[in-house]
Amino acid sequence: MIQLPCPWCGPRNVTEFRYAGERTPRPDPGTATPRQWRAYLYLRRNPCGVVEENWYHTAGCRRFFTLHRDTASNAVKETR
Amino acid sequence: MNRLPERLGEVIDRGTTLSFSWNGQEFSAFAGDTVVSALAAAGQRVFSRSFKYHRPRGLLTASFHDPGCMVQIGDEPNVRGAHRLVTDSMVVTSQNTWPSLRFDVRGANRLVGRFLAPGFYYKTFIRPQRLWPTYERVLRQFVHAGEISPDTRVEHRSTRFAHPDVLVAGGGPAGMAAAVAAARAGARVLLVEEEHQLGGHLRYVGSPAELAELRTEVTASGVEVLTDSVVLGRYDQNWLAVLQRGSGERLIKARARVLIVACGLIERPYVFAGNDLPGVMLSTAVRRLINLYAVKPGERAVVLTANSDGDAAVRDLLDAGVEVAEVVDARSGGDILRAHGRRGLRTVELPGGRRIEADLLVTATGWTAPTALLNQAGDVPVYSAAAARFLPGGKASEDVLAVGGLAGDGTLDELRAHAGAVGAEAARRAATHRYRQLTRTPTAVAGRAPVGGPIEIPDLPVHEHPALFRAKSHGMVDFSEDVSSSDIHLAVREGYDSAELAKRYTTATMGPLQGKLEMVNAIAMVAEATGRSVAETGTTTWRPMYAPVTLGALAGRTVQPVRRSPMHAWHQANGAVPLVAGQWIRPDHYGDPAAEVRAVRTAVGIIDVTPIGKLDLRGPDVPKLLNLLYVNKWSKLAVGRVRYGVMCAEDGVVLDDGVTGRLGPDHYLMSTTSSGAAAVWEWIENWLQTERPEWNVHVTPVTTSYASVNVAGPRSAELIGRLAEGVDLTDFEYMNVRTARLAGVDGCVLWRIGFTGEPSYELHVPAGYGLHVWETLLAHGEDLGVRPFGVEAQRILRLEKGHLIVGQDTDGLTRAFSAGLDRLVKLDKDDFVGKPELLWQHDQGAQTRLVGLQPVNGQIVPPEASQLVAADTTRIVGRVTSSRMSPTLGRSICLAQVEAALAGPDTEVTVLLPDGRRIPARVTEHLAHVDPHGARLHTAGTPGTFRQHPPPVARSPIRTAAHAVGGSPNAALTLADHSALAKVVVRAPHAKAMAASLGVPFGRAARAADGTLVIGAGPGEWLVLGPADSGDGLLKQLRRQAEEVGGFVSVVDLTHGRAMLRLTGDRAADVLASVCAIDLDSDFTPNGAALRTSVATLVTDLVRDDQQGVPSYLLHCERSSGQSLWDAVLDAGAEHGIEISGEPTPSPEE
Repeated sequence: MIQLPCPWCGPRNVTEFRYAGERTPRPDPGTATPRQWRAYLYLRRNPCGVVEENWYHTAGCRRFFTLHRDTASNAVKETR
Repeated sequence: MNRLPERLGEVIDRGTTLSFSWNGQEFSAFAGDTVVSALAAAGQRVFSRSFKYHRPRGLLTASFHDPGCMVQIGDEPNVRGAHRLVTDSMVVTSQNTWPSLRFDVRGANRLVGRFLAPGFYYKTFIRPQRLWPTYERVLRQFVHAGEISPDTRVEHRSTRFAHPDVLVAGGGPAGMAAAVAAARAGARVLLVEEEHQLGGHLRYVGSPAELAELRTEVTASGVEVLTDSVVLGRYDQNWLAVLQRGSGERLIKARARVLIVACGLIERPYVFAGNDLPGVMLSTAVRRLINLYAVKPGERAVVLTANSDGDAAVRDLLDAGVEVAEVVDARSGGDILRAHGRRGLRTVELPGGRRIEADLLVTATGWTAPTALLNQAGDVPVYSAAAARFLPGGKASEDVLAVGGLAGDGTLDELRAHAGAVGAEAARRAATHRYRQLTRTPTAVAGRAPVGGPIEIPDLPVHEHPALFRAKSHGMVDFSEDVSSSDIHLAVREGYDSAELAKRYTTATMGPLQGKLEMVNAIAMVAEATGRSVAETGTTTWRPMYAPVTLGALAGRTVQPVRRSPMHAWHQANGAVPLVAGQWIRPDHYGDPAAEVRAVRTAVGIIDVTPIGKLDLRGPDVPKLLNLLYVNKWSKLAVGRVRYGVMCAEDGVVLDDGVTGRLGPDHYLMSTTSSGAAAVWEWIENWLQTERPEWNVHVTPVTTSYASVNVAGPRSAELIGRLAEGVDLTDFEYMNVRTARLAGVDGCVLWRIGFTGEPSYELHVPAGYGLHVWETLLAHGEDLGVRPFGVEAQRILRLEKGHLIVGQDTDGLTRAFSAGLDRLVKLDKDDFVGKPELLWQHDQGAQTRLVGLQPVNGQIVPPEASQLVAADTTRIVGRVTSSRMSPTLGRSICLAQVEAALAGPDTEVTVLLPDGRRIPARVTEHLAHVDPHGARLHTAGTPGTFRQHPPPVARSPIRTAAHAVGGSPNAALTLADHSALAKVVVRAPHAKAMAASLGVPFGRAARAADGTLVIGAGPGEWLVLGPADSGDGLLKQLRRQAEEVGGFVSVVDLTHGRAMLRLTGDRAADVLASVCAIDLDSDFTPNGAALRTSVATLVTDLVRDDQQGVPSYLLHCERSSGQSLWDAVLDAGAEHGIEISGEPTPSPEE
């Protein structure tokens, strides 16, 4: 089990967190075309490499945070 | 008898004699004897029959990994007999032998051995397929796995979380030296040894004085030692599974900052005809037998030696009085050809044909490096042809280091010096890592950064060793799977010419030993058959588990947490049939749901709806939030009003529904579905934290702060009037909210809403008083015909009324316009979650609609999920989402999803029942089958007049067995219920004015001058604890404080919403270590630390608040899980002698 560096609580086991998915900016709902909106809903990069993703510390500080994780090594580069 | 006179360094205690039975015959043993050493001392040589050919098998390694020594002990199968210590009266039997170990009829398999070649089962039993069940039944008789008993007692194995700086896997001389060096450098060290004593091979090859000295150093340096334990696997970031054997297996989940692998080397068998005969042993086996157990391994021996350990074995044999008939030295070209014998070794044949009579053949032909943990750390071990074994490849991550025989050769002093340097370097790396973690952990006090550069690690020499794998005859490669070298040659000829393929085809290395003895030989045989070198052939991957582990140990405690309402005990005592809904246990009904429905329609009923999600929303921007999350409009909701709302996800699919009421200008109470409570809270936090961080809104979950009761029926106002004070019930219309005093309980919230279609009041009562109000309702309503009703009656009532249930009448594809919510969705709002999708759905028209449906024959209730089909076809046009028999109408009623074209009133559709019948049904005009225009809702009737009631009693959510309370005030480890403490949560921007005023940062707790405990519970979140009954004063004081500092601050009373307990004692951290993965070491979690984590799978706040210098922890979780948390901590504390202390608190049963 890997640990994630929660920016508030420090390193914790990953089971304390919920994965909230790759960061996908929300398009302007007033002008978005169906294609743009559905890309926001469903399309993810899913790279073998560094991904920017959101996590929620369910069993801890209950804060959402963003981290850059290498999906090949689970190495975490940066959190905020 | 083969027992030798006393040996220096023997591990048996000749003063204690034990008796046990082996296949029905009585034997004696000394304490410290393994099952097999005791039997060998008594002259037994055969302990099992082999897997495929049922060949007799004896001792080979005399260690845990001895393939021929698996036995059954009592109802426990597959026990490693050469490792398990004898206990008195143990019942041991051989496995898979019939009719007896001595004469096994299936030994005939060996005569047909050439038909049992690799792939035999695949090739033979594949056709005809219909015969497979027969084949399976017959083949099952040949399986080699002992017997399990269905009557075996269920045991819950506890687990433990450990956080060593350095974990040393292997307690031989190198492991001990590394552990000592690491501990002396200040590291917390856990040393894990597979055998029953520390020492590794020093126990049977070295001088006992040297071993004693090393053991003394280990003890003196404060290393925690686990013997009879093994590291099962290494996972990412040094997450290690450690199995502690002994009495009942226990899994230790260790997060080690640095792992030192000190597994030593395993002696490798030699491949020749007859190499599995009882009497053929490895040199380490005879030395273990002689020096540890004082057992003479045979009378007349031939020794094949290729190294100094073989030579030493010759000396040990002579010393033990064994006649050494011949020493064959492989270093000078000596070899053996084959071994002869039937039930045991009789003669050894040399290449020239010379035969030597012997009952013991000892081989010392090289070593296997068990590199499992290195492989799992990313290393790729490389084969050294000169040393004839695999060596670390140097690719393991930097928090994994190897010492001892795994890393190289050398004298004992060289190995100890190397291990010492590695241990010190490991401690240095761990300290750096630890410091980095401490600086990032808000509960911790980091101290000073470690200083000092890397420690130089001396190189270990690697000695040359002859590469010996196979004699000029074929023999066993995999002893546990009965795979011979000729089988592997055959596999290669059939095309399975890589190690990975040949392994899977022949099953070599796939048996209970998992390659520990046979891996190198198997690769060498593939290399030999393919004409490649061993290095070219490669290795196979060592995956977890390194050693066998029971499922019970892996499972640990499997108790699922359960959530209970404050009225749970009443429901139990009054015949409620329980319904498990998520984690909640709810009353489904009290015997007759139809009668419960009639009571609600004609008189009054009460239902416990505590699980309904409740969120306290505060702040000036709440209306913006509601407008964003709900599909309808919220800007103009007046104080005292409630409104129904539906939330959709960004794809327009209905997510949740509920009502939200405005209690004050900036204060709202939102309700959610019971199952959606947690998800909606997270959903709101997600929007507030990631998309709208500028909004001032505080969300506090208060689901279990309140006991919720819905009072429904034409006489509900009359009943409520008898309890309520401080509210004008005549001025309390449908869809309004009031606060009131109910049966003497202040701070109750009343909604005039209804899911049932009847006039009804939803009461939210401070949870501790839930049972009091519930019982008062029943007492005061007796003459009105009040009746408790359960979830089933509620489901019928709401179906009669046509109210949808999200997740029942909608699914993961149902967008708002398909759920009958057309009038609710306000597409003219600027933005709300899911708006674009709903706009497009609106423009295109919904493909399916939610409709009311009535079968023409009202006596048929189509089961839920029955399909609707187009007439005379099987084309599916919809499905029944809800269906019940309506006691009010006396006919069946349904809700259904149906194609939009068929959704008009009176359209006839066909329902396909599961039994194949097709029945006609008609779409109704309204979703509601009863009172479609809602006339009943507004006729609340005359409120009753107030009546006296018993004084309110606040109950604890925790039921403590009365007899166990206050057992001994001086107990060393105590658990107390502190749920009655006043608890107030303060929310304010992190590190701003209010934070300064409270004076406690996130992660810490401190006592204020007035004795209240202020806890920095989260970023921008504080919990203030005061004595029981001080809640109102505390609330006022904190609100005053908030006003003084100004800014956006909210203060919410959570006294009733949390269960709280206190665990005190020097061993408190040990108790928590079995249910909590947090490092409770005083550096990370010192006195005054506050954190939230998972305890026994429950989200729990943990505050270290020592009592007179004794470690003490406050644990609190949301109220309904309090009993589960209490039970889990009591259970974990049982092995440490936990006692319950404090005054008994009023509990639901009293």
